[in-house]
This record gives sequence, C-alpha cells and structure tokens, in this order.
Amino acid sequence: MSHSPRTPGIVSERLSPDELARNFEDLHAPYDGHEAMVAADRCYFCHDAPCITACPTTIDIPLFIRQIQTGQPEGAAKTIFDQNILGGMCARVCPTETLCEDACVREAAEGKPVEIGRLQRFATDALMAKGVHPYERAASTGKKIAVVGAGPAGLACAHRAAMLGHDVVVYDARPKPGGLNEYGIASYKTVGGFAQAEVAWLLQIGGIEMRHDQKLGSAMTLDTLTSEYDAVFLGLGLGGVNSLGADGADKDNVDDAVGFIADLRQAGDLTKLPVGRNVVVIGGGMTAVDAAVQSKLLGADDVTIVYRRGRDAMPASGFEQDLAASKGVRLVFNAQPKAVYGNGTVCEIEFEYTESGAAGLTGTGETFRLPADQAFMAIGQTLADAPDGLTLERGKIAVDGAGKTSVAKVWAGGDCATGGDDLTVTAVAEGRDAAEDIHNELMQSAG
Amino acid sequence: MADLTTTFAGIKSPNPFWLASAPPTDKEYNVRRAFEAGWGGVVWKTLGEAGPPIVNVNGPRYGVVYGADRRVLGINNIELITDRPLETNLEEITRVKKDFPDRALVASIMVPCEEAAWKAILPRVEDTGCDGIELNFGCPHGMSERGMGAAVGQVPEYIQMVTEWCKEHCDMPVIVKLTPNITDIRYPARAAHAGHADAVSLINTVSSITSVNLDTMSPEPSIDGKGSHGGFCGPAVKPMALNMVAEIARDPETADLPISGIGGVTTWRDAAEFLALGAGNVQVCTAAMVYGFGIIKELTAGLSGWMDEKGYTSVAEVSGRAVPNVTDWQYLNLNYIAKARIDQDACIKCGRCYAACEDTSHQAISMSADRTFEVIDAECVACNLCVDVCPVENCITMEELAPGVIDTRTGKPVDANYANWTTHPNNPSARAAE
Ligand SMILES: Cc1cc2nc3c(=O)[nH]c(=O)nc-3n(C[C@H](O)[C@H](O)[C@H](O)COP(=O)(O)OP(=O)(O)OC[C@H]3O[C@@H](n4cnc5c(N)ncnc54)[C@H](O)[C@@H]3O)c2cc1C
Ligand SMILES: Cc1cc2nc3c(=O)[nH]c(=O)nc-3n(C[C@H](O)[C@H](O)[C@H](O)COP(=O)(O)O)c2cc1C
Ligand code: SF4
Repeated sequence: MSHSPRTPGIVSERLSPDELARNFEDLHAPYDGHEAMVAADRCYFCHDAPCITACPTTIDIPLFIRQIQTGQPEGAAKTIFDQNILGGMCARVCPTETLCEDACVREAAEGKPVEIGRLQRFATDALMAKGVHPYERAASTGKKIAVVGAGPAGLACAHRAAMLGHDVVVYDARPKPGGLNEYGIASYKTVGGFAQAEVAWLLQIGGIEMRHDQKLGSAMTLDTLTSEYDAVFLGLGLGGVNSLGADGADKDNVDDAVGFIADLRQAGDLTKLPVGRNVVVIGGGMTAVDAAVQSKLLGADDVTIVYRRGRDAMPASGFEQDLAASKGVRLVFNAQPKAVYGNGTVCEIEFEYTESGAAGLTGTGETFRLPADQAFMAIGQTLADAPDGLTLERGKIAVDGAGKTSVAKVWAGGDCATGGDDLTVTAVAEGRDAAEDIHNELMQSAG
Repeated sequence: MADLTTTFAGIKSPNPFWLASAPPTDKEYNVRRAFEAGWGGVVWKTLGEAGPPIVNVNGPRYGVVYGADRRVLGINNIELITDRPLETNLEEITRVKKDFPDRALVASIMVPCEEAAWKAILPRVEDTGCDGIELNFGCPHGMSERGMGAAVGQVPEYIQMVTEWCKEHCDMPVIVKLTPNITDIRYPARAAHAGHADAVSLINTVSSITSVNLDTMSPEPSIDGKGSHGGFCGPAVKPMALNMVAEIARDPETADLPISGIGGVTTWRDAAEFLALGAGNVQVCTAAMVYGFGIIKELTAGLSGWMDEKGYTSVAEVSGRAVPNVTDWQYLNLNYIAKARIDQDACIKCGRCYAACEDTSHQAISMSADRTFEVIDAECVACNLCVDVCPVENCITMEELAPGVIDTRTGKPVDANYANWTTHPNNPSARAAE
C-alpha cells in the first residue's frame, strides 16, 4: 500500500484493494431463501394495508409478501413489476424507513417493521435471475414517442409506453442509460453492475430504441421532437448544482458532490480514485451522506458533514444519518459556511453557527474552522438548461397530476418536474403515469 | 417445590413424563440417555414376535408439516415396530431396568391376534423385570395391514379379548394404547375396561398424508415414487388427543380408568392440560424427536413451578381438575352474553379484525378513514374470531355483559339465570317435552 488514511492531500490507494472491496460490498446482503420465508412470515396481511399507500408506486405489498411465503417469488416479482418496473432498483435504494416500512403496523407495534425492501429485492432478484421478461407488448398503435432522459422516470415511461404498443425512442446525453441509478446512487446500494443489468432486462420488452450521447438542446430541440413524434416525455433530472455563496468557494478541491459520486460510480478500479485526508461535506441530503460515507470508505481519515439546520430538519433520514455515523462520519448541525481559506487550494473552511427564529436562519456570530484538503458541495441540484417555452414553477417544469406540461404533446416527470419527492421511486411512478396519460390521449385522438 | 412423583396404574415414576413407544425408546443406548437426562419413564419401542424381525423401508420414513421458520407442527411416519430381534430387546430391557430401578419401564407389545402368540411372549417380557406392558392397538400403517395394531384397535371386541388374554397370562399392569382412527373413542376405551385393563394410553398416530410432491406426484415421504399413508403426531394432533382423553375421563363407564395422555405434548403447559382433562401422566414422542431429551428440564421445572404457583402439591391433585367443566353443547349457558372490546391504545391498526368480521362474520367492526376500528355491539355475536386473528395479545378481549344490561343486538336485557338449549323455546324436543 503506497498511502494511508493519514497521508496529507488528495491521493489514491489509502486502503488496500481488499479493504476497499469489503467497504463497498452490498449494504444489505440479499436474503437467502430461508431468511426470506422468516421475514415474509412477519407480514400480517393488513386490510387496506398502510404500506401500499405509503409506496409512491402503490405496490400491493401484502400480496407480494404472501406470494413469497407460498413459495412463488417470481409471482411476487410480477406483482411488484406491475406497478414498478424498476422494482429491483427501488428495493435497493428506496428510503424504506420513510416510506413503506415507516407505515408498517409492526413499526408502530414494536419498532421493527417487516423488511419490505429486502423482501422486494428477494422477489425481483429471483425473477431477473431467470433472465425472463414477464411482459409482452400490445398490438402496435403506430404511434411514436420520444423520451428524453434514460433515468428512472424516462425508463419507466418508455417501458409502459412500449408495453401499450407504442414505438419509443429514448435520447440521453450520457453514454450509458440509467440516469442517477448509474451515475448517482451510492455504490454499496447497487453493487455488481445492477443498474446496467436492470436496464438490459427492462429493454427486453422490445420497441424501445436507445440513442446515447444525444443532448436535448444541442443534438436536437424540443420543437424537432414534437414535430417528429406523437408525444414527448422529458425525464431530464436535475443536471445542475447549486454553488456555495461563501468567500473563496472557487478555490481548488472545492468540488461538487454529485460529480465526485459519478466518478466513483464509473471508476473501474477504486484504488485509483483519489480522496482527501480531511474531507468536509456541506449539505444535509442523501447526496451529502453518500459523498461523506464513500469518502470515508475510500480511506479519508476525517470526514465531517456540516448542515446548516438541526438534525430533525435534515433531509437525509435517520437511517442515513446513523449509517454515516456508523462509518465514522462526524455530523455537525446548525452551522453554515462563511469562508474557504487556502493558497489557491482549500486548506480550511470557516463556519458560523446558526439559529432559526422569526427572521429565518441567521448566524450567531460564533465561528469555528475545520481543516479540509477536500470539500464537497451537496447543497442541492437544479434543473439545467430546460427547453424554452415550458412553464417552470419553483425551478422545475410545471406539470399537472398526470405529468402534462404547459406545451402540447409534451409530458415531464421525475426530478425535473414538479410534484413528489426527488426519489427514484417517485420518478418511476411519474414516468409510468405519464405513459398512461399519453396513451389515453393518443388513443382518444386516434379513436 | 411440588412433588412430581406419580403412581400410574400401580407403576411408580419420579415424574409424570414418560417417553412414548417410538424411536426415542428403541434401544438401550437411547433409553439410558433419556433416564440420565431425567425422564420419569419410558415405554419401550413396540416388541414383536420372536423369530425374524420385521423390516422397515430403506428410504425416508417421515413427512413433516411446518409452521413459520420451519417450526415442526407435525410429523408423520411409516415406521413399523422394532426391527431388532426380540432377544436383544429383552436383554437390554433387563439391564436398563436393573440400573434404573426408580424409573418406569414399560414394554410395548404387538403380536398377532392369537392367544398363543400373546401367551408365548408375555412370560419372556415379564422375566425382564419391567414394570408393565402396553398393548399397541394403535399403529395405523403397515402392521394394520397384517391384522395387528389399529386393525385390532378399531374393533372393540378384539381389544377386550386380547386384554383379557394378557391379564390372564401375566401379572404385570396392562395399559391398552388406543388408536384415534375411529369415530367414537369411548367404545374402544370401554372395551379395554371390560377386558380389565389397568389403564389406557392415547392417542397413537392419526392416519395421514402430510404432503404431495407436485413435481413427482408422489405423496411424502416418497419411496421410489410411491407413498403410503402414515401416522401423524406432534403439536398438530394435540387438540384431537385432548378431546379424546376428556371423552374417556367424563364417560361414567370409564371414569375410574387411568389414562396416560399422549399426542403433541411439547411443553409443560401441554402436559398440565392433559392432566387437567383426566390424564394421570403423559407420554412424549415428537417433542423429544425434534428437540432431544433436554426438554425434560423445561417440562419438569415448568410443571412444578406452575403447581407451586397454584398451590397443588401432587400430580394426582391436578389430574381431572377440568373434567367437571367439560360438558355437552346442550348444557352451555345461552344467557351468557359477551361483546368484543378493542383496546385502542394497544391497537396497531392492521385491520385484520375488520377483514375477518366484515368478510366472514357479522359485519360488527367499523373502520374509519384514520383506521380506527370499533365494535358495533348491535351486530357482534361474540364469536371471538377478531380475538383469534388479532396479532396483538390482549388487544381485543371478550367482555361479559352484566345481568340487566341491554344487549343491543337483541334489544333484550341480559338474564341472570342459567338457561340452556334443553329448555330453549326454539328446541323442538324441549317443546315436545312440555
Ligand atoms: C447522489 C445521489 C444519491 C441518491 N440516492 C438516492 C437513493 O438512495 N434513493 C432514492 O430513492 N433516490 C436517491 N437519489 C435521487 C434519485 O436518484 C433521483 O430522484 C432519480 O434518479 C430521479 O430520476 P430522473 O429519471 O428524474 O432523473 P435522473 O436519474 O437524473 O436521470 C435523468 C437523465 O436525463 C439525462 N439528461 C439530462 N438532461 C438531458 C438532456 N438535455 N438531453 C438528454 N438527456 C438528458 C441524464 O443524462 C440522465 O440520464 C439520489 C440522488 C443523488 C444525486
Ligand atoms: C417414528 C414413530 C414411530 C412410532 N412407533 C410406535 C410404536 O412402535 N409403538 C407405538 O405404540 N407407538 C409408536 N409411535 C406413536 C407414539 O408413541 C405416540 O403415540 C405418537 O407419536 C403421539 O405422540 P407425540 O405427539 O408426542 O409424538 C410412533 C411414533 C413415531 C413418530
Ligand atoms: S366477536 Fe365476531 S362478531 Fe363480534 S366483532 Fe369479533 S369477529 Fe365480529
């Protein structure tokens, strides 16, 4: 090993290949068959179950768990995929602690919900391992739909539209499909190249053509798409990042967390990925936690997340906070960055404590400094270069409940559109629902 | 600590827990281990005639029914009686009895239904010094095809006849083991009594097919693609066994006949229930086969702990305590009226009571938009289904309505007096008697 966690600066190989491999293993090991039976048996098969309502894609959870119980994991998977074609990814990345498992009556009863996410993974893995795709396309409608963005929203829309008999072309600016499934989600949540395998499995439906390195705005415009296709779905995600308002924020090694995570996800060999010794992450969401935890797992000696509000206000769930703490990440609350110091390159960041009162969040005047040879900004993503002509609302593309934008023939969903949380599962629900709405509209005009 | 020593049919043992005649008691090695672990007695694995021993299948002999987490709820078997030579068994019984004089050692026997066969084997068994014999009239598979086991146990006349032979040809206490594969257990029990049996033991195993392999279409356990019905035992058969024990205990003809309770005894509580319903001791097979002999420590500690708590000083004092409360349906008090009550603080809002009552019972539970579940007294017939399906213990309970309170389902006040079906106006026989 050429370096250690205490080597100053930004270097690679802080840990041995073995340690790195261990650190980036599956966060939740998959169930074996017996574990799944025991876990499934805990489900009460509630009447009008609260977990179903809590799932943004409304999966019939008690039904799929009962199917596992009765030895039909593939049938269970079908129940899941009927509602959520990316049920495999969602099983891995959904913050279940704030969704279905939070609503589980056993959470209320004993603080230990049925492990719905892991059961969902057991079922979906079982079906996907068979290499079969359980859906067939309806007779061709002769309609053509363009989907921009191959993230969860775009893929869910494309799959549903293809299933309903439409021909779909998916455009994405990046070289690989998956959106943040491929470039954003923490490595230990989706190991083993799952994001690409899932897309390949999804495309088995047929009728979906993938066109990569095709950026809307440069390779084509929204106008050309609306004239060439019967409908357009935008699942652009949030490509931009907010920048830090503090003095000196332009110094070297003050980086954007999403970019760091994308590099990490694309790194073939983690020993080659450099990381700082003292890493400071500014922000309070999932991105902040993922950047901090993965820095630590790469071998950074000291990693601190600084969030400007209190613990309760932190967008990252309690589970995510505990995960960070368990990996040795320090969480500092109620502090905002004031200035970044260093001679061209960051070496220290000054923070000011905050309090929230009638005037909103204000500095208390009390400050402290953290040493940093690398800083990551995780203070929110923004919609980057939205096509002209679309009405925006609070920085996102305004849509109605079914995903229709202000422009005729154009729908949008996922992170780039209003409505719902910025989560994979929400993006899937919105993509799916938009496809249904597009279908209804196209069939009405056809009929 | 309560005294667990028991005298059953004249046979003494330090506690009322015997191992039933089965694989756990098949040979000296097992029985020694059982006695060392603390078992009060054993009924040796059933002996057959002298001569070439019977043979067993050489493939799987057990099928299983699982509950959650592979908990064994029941096992069935197609094993026959001992497949070791009679001489070997007798020598071993002699040795073990000598080394464990304070334990009960009973020999189970099954030979053809001919007096000569019984006359031949009885003195040889008696010579071992064992404490008694049990007549295996229960085995429902294999041996019954050869006119033994359940084939005898299903014909009361044969039971009486063989029991009489045994009483005549030996001086040991005779326990008759009954098969549950009959319609009314009182008839075989009365036959044993008439033949002067010292006791009955029940139940032997229940004829069963535990499962079918849906790939090969063979019943399990499968021997080369074919299966045969076996005998079912373990926790799943306990309710049937309890009822049969109670039926014999409350039958005036057999009320004084000692009963050894068998069938699904797994915990001290199961044993206490058998005792309460009239058993003088219990026998255990499946629980020992699933968990090993070590469970005897829980069985004895649990039973004596409970007896201490209740102030019972001997097993005999417990035996039969619940028998007077077992009655016929026609004598149940129809003026006893209860209603389900849901403890809203304990409720976890799963809605199972609602689904059960709404779909399959009396539409007596309401559900609000915020998932509050409430009993509608005017509809509740107190069937208890909601209590049974509720996953939270004591969340739903049954509350007795006090005399004078109006039952909103019928609009009538609760009558303080006992009244049963025999006098009910809707009962045609009751009217005819007027
Ligand atoms: C670091 C990080 C971690 C996360 N962790 C979780 C998690 O654990 N669980 C969870 O539920 N959610 C998580 N999220 C949120 C989740 O990833 C998103 O909500 C989800 O991916 C949104 O899906 P989408 O399809 O709307 O957008 P994206 O996944 O962002 O996909 C958008 C796609 O559109 C393409 N695109 C963008 N602009 C153009 C253009 N002009 N032309 C062509 N193509 C374009 C992009 O290349 C991309 O492929 C995380 C997000 C981040 C940033
Ligand atoms: C594998 C097996 C073999 C048995 N063999 C005999 C036997 O030889 N003689 C007999 O009287 N009962 C036999 N039985 C029945 C048991 O003695 C006992 O009556 C029955 O299993 C019910 O008790 P349990 O529920 O505690 O197992 C056998 C049971 C099993 C499981
Ligand atoms: S006792 Fe029966 S009828 Fe009454 S509420 Fe419960 S389930 Fe319904």
